[in-house]
Amino acid sequence: MNWLTWLGDFFTAADHRSGPDSIAHRVSEHLVLSGEALLFAALLAVPLGLLIGYTGRGVTVVTAMAGAARALPTLGLVTLAVLFAGVGDTAVLIPLVALAAPPLLVASVEGVRGTDPDVRDAARGIGLTHSQVLRQVCLPAAAPTLLAGFRTATVQVIATATVAAYVGLGGLGRYVIDGLATRKYAVTVGGALLVVLLAVAAQLFFALLARFALPPGVRAQHRAR
Amino acid sequence: MDDEPIVRWYWIGDHLGYLGHLLADHAVIALVPVLVGLLLAVPLGLACARFPRLYQPLSAVFNIVYALPSLAVFVVLIPYTGLATQATVMIPLTFYALAVLLPTTVDGLRAVPDAVRQAATAMGYGPWHRLTSVELPAAVPYLIAGLRVAAVSSISLASVGALVGRGGLGYLFIDGFQRTFPTPIVAGIALIAALALAVDLLLVGARRVLAPWAVREKGAGS
Repeated sequence: MNWLTWLGDFFTAADHRSGPDSIAHRVSEHLVLSGEALLFAALLAVPLGLLIGYTGRGVTVVTAMAGAARALPTLGLVTLAVLFAGVGDTAVLIPLVALAAPPLLVASVEGVRGTDPDVRDAARGIGLTHSQVLRQVCLPAAAPTLLAGFRTATVQVIATATVAAYVGLGGLGRYVIDGLATRKYAVTVGGALLVVLLAVAAQLFFALLARFALPPGVRAQHRAR
Repeated sequence: MDDEPIVRWYWIGDHLGYLGHLLADHAVIALVPVLVGLLLAVPLGLACARFPRLYQPLSAVFNIVYALPSLAVFVVLIPYTGLATQATVMIPLTFYALAVLLPTTVDGLRAVPDAVRQAATAMGYGPWHRLTSVELPAAVPYLIAGLRVAAVSSISLASVGALVGRGGLGYLFIDGFQRTFPTPIVAGIALIAALALAVDLLLVGARRVLAPWAVREKGAGS
């Protein structure tokens, strides 16, 4: 029972309804930070992954590197980045990009490699250039895999961005860390709950995207799998 | 920070015993949950493969579990398991490992071709015998692929436990951050990466021994 009262207190506290520590503000900070990290990771990983998947060169290296990157502890990267770059978004974006890039890279490589070779040959046969094949054939065919990669990356980034608060940045981690520091578990639990809701919302968003936004031909194929 | 080098080697030399102690603690905190996760994933996976209706809700639940921020879960557990105890960090890590291992186990069991299953039945294998000598061995490459992901993530995640007082090598991050001294942080990252690499190589070796037919990588869930 006391959990419910705690959470009630958390959501109705005056501080949490308006001002810099309000829930709306913290959620938007969290989303902006996560969104920036995903954007930079995508700009870095997706073109590289598409190219590697299309040429088939360096696939082993990329897979090994993506596996190794998974071992990098975010907390370590954040603290190290803050010591050298100072407290700021950059210090947190570096580790979050390092977290999001590997699944995106692997998904784009796998997506392009999964394209039916006959379809690729046919596209070349009717006179498409390599870059046209990549953009008009391989990219749509890779879309479901790519979307799954984005889903993994997004959930991980949203969950991990919480750590940013340890080095003094905003976002929902503020509630978790501040609640821990002041022994107000209601605040911590409330913050944790909001992160979970955000992550679940992101998953739903991607599930809907997979259902409605994929090219129709690919969608049917994807469902059959 | 201008004159501070990234690594002061003498510090590492002076603290070898301490680093070894943290490394051992880290290995226990991170890897015991993966083993427990495996022990839970196999029977659960079997149940899901047999009763497909069970799999949908279970995988939805574990999808959510995977999205839980580790730090938040640690904190929520403190009133029950205590501050700075191994249990506070190991219980959530077990669930994360299970969330990775359950889908790979189910995929592995489903990947056994029907013809193979029927052949085993035709040769007179009972359900139990078929399970232990045909279906589970066929799932080994998938299980190991899942274990590689789970182990490496667990090793990296365990360091967040430092924020609740028990994170093995993660403590070096807090220490270095509070003293604006990068050497322990770099040492911590390097040791975590080395531990992850060692465990990964061990698992690749185990696949060679246990599933020598699986030369090519079997799809690991990311």
